Amino acid sequence: MGMTIAEKIVARAAKVSETRAGEIHTVELDRLMSNDGTTHLTIDMYNKLKHPRIQDVSKLVWIVDHNIPSDSPKTAASQKKMRDFARANGITFYEGEGVCHQVMMENHVCPGELIFGADSHTCAYGALGAFGTGVGCTDYLYAMVTGTSWVMVPETLRFNLHGQLPEGVYARDLILTIIGKIGANGANYKAMEFGGEGLATLSMSDRISVCNLCVEAGAKTALMEVDETAMEFLRAHDREPKALFTADEDAEYAEVYDIDLTTVVPIVAKPHFVDNVVPATECAGTRIDEAFLGSCNNGRIEDLRVGASIIKGKKVHPLVRFLVVPASRSVMLQAMEEGLIDIFMEAGAIVMNPNCSVCWGSCQGVIGEGETLISTGTRNFKGRAGHRNSFVYLADAATVTASAIKGEITTADNL
Amino acid sequence: MGTIFRFHTDVDTDQIIASQYLLYPTIDEMKEHTFESLDPEFAGKVKPGDYVVAAENFGCGSSREQAPAVLKALGVKAVLAKSFARIFYRNAINIGLPVIVCRDLYDHVKDGDEMELLLEEGLVRTGGNEYTCTKLPAQMQKILDQGGLIASLDREVE
Repeated sequence: MGMTIAEKIVARAAKVSETRAGEIHTVELDRLMSNDGTTHLTIDMYNKLKHPRIQDVSKLVWIVDHNIPSDSPKTAASQKKMRDFARANGITFYEGEGVCHQVMMENHVCPGELIFGADSHTCAYGALGAFGTGVGCTDYLYAMVTGTSWVMVPETLRFNLHGQLPEGVYARDLILTIIGKIGANGANYKAMEFGGEGLATLSMSDRISVCNLCVEAGAKTALMEVDETAMEFLRAHDREPKALFTADEDAEYAEVYDIDLTTVVPIVAKPHFVDNVVPATECAGTRIDEAFLGSCNNGRIEDLRVGASIIKGKKVHPLVRFLVVPASRSVMLQAMEEGLIDIFMEAGAIVMNPNCSVCWGSCQGVIGEGETLISTGTRNFKGRAGHRNSFVYLADAATVTASAIKGEITTADNL
Repeated sequence: MGTIFRFHTDVDTDQIIASQYLLYPTIDEMKEHTFESLDPEFAGKVKPGDYVVAAENFGCGSSREQAPAVLKALGVKAVLAKSFARIFYRNAINIGLPVIVCRDLYDHVKDGDEMELLLEEGLVRTGGNEYTCTKLPAQMQKILDQGGLIASLDREVE
């Protein structure tokens, strides 16, 4: 019997010839990412250990991205603790360089790796054929100290992609369609594996967007086959694969889905759940107070190009704040070079430094009671973007930008 | 006996503890805001030994370990749900907060009911009835028995 990509990566990390879904293995982790959302607590626990130690400091990557620049003395204290510890221990440390997953994709993730990230959207790394999974700070600390952890081999849902997304439809619409189909816990404890000839039509940016959101269906990880597009991205970032795995033809899947990309339409996820999806046109006319273009899901140069092409020569609606937040420093520099930042600024947008921003509702741009946000962020949970009685709609970059111009939810073709 | 605080399906970790409190220096400073969006009075009402009971997919969303940690810090004895989201489940066991799959309990209790949990037997008693819970996987029971993952780490060194 063949193996899925997830089974092969766990086998590599466990140093065994094969694994099966449901087995528990002790694995050697390749990389350990942590951000300012929880690292201060990890450090507190580390300092209470009887024998504090770091197995291999070269595995660790720490990134300040959630509340950067800091918004309060409490935040500043937690981040200082992280910064000081990283410096004292020689941990690779980024601050202000961008959203953790974008920074990881640009600088660290390699195909075949098993990566723990103290952030649920670590599953994004599957776009490069790496098994990334979100953990809490206790799991993170254990892995930091021992270099190992235990993993239950997940069952896999296989998604065969066919055809190509229509013009004006994006990867975000594809993954929201899939989440709507399988539900918020449709992939709980499972891996989501993507292949089929349609995969080749998706750019790296698209792939990150798809894998990143799989946790919103509960997935433990997301995985894509590594093809020439992925290899090109790796070469451009001066990296080599650890191992290249494809799923065996006789691999066993919990479920196989065939997805016709040509039928996907612009989607909106309505409050307060990511699987609460409808065609974007059904939300037309909903008044908004704020729009957000950014996040690890849709803050890449491709997304900024989509937004800029729609807003060029137009103005943000006078009753709307339009936040544009590139996902990393390199994305921002590229956007500056292409003149996209000028376009957004001239249109009246608020352009901010690379960070998680209002996607996680604790720092910049939080919304008040009764307010409505349309966002390319990752989640629309109750209160996610600020006040507990506020509303978040998730949509693609085009719908978000078009809505910022119109002051109400609209698709770009109805602007 | 402890009091049941009953929550719905798909309770996400943002509802358990909102993002704006996560960078507070300590769990003790965060715990006053537990379940603030769903029940602002929760932290004041819950007593050590009480229980959280929920439907499907409890703890979905972010990987914030602060979610099980604030429940534990408030003295919640266990969370019993029809099902749990993966990361929350693992985090809770890692810090020594029992999370128990009990499929039948939710539909037969209401907020404020009293219940008793017999952890080792995997039994819940409430309203004159008994409900059987699903046993933890051996790997997780071992971690829980040792008082959480960090306790096991300290032990491994000795």
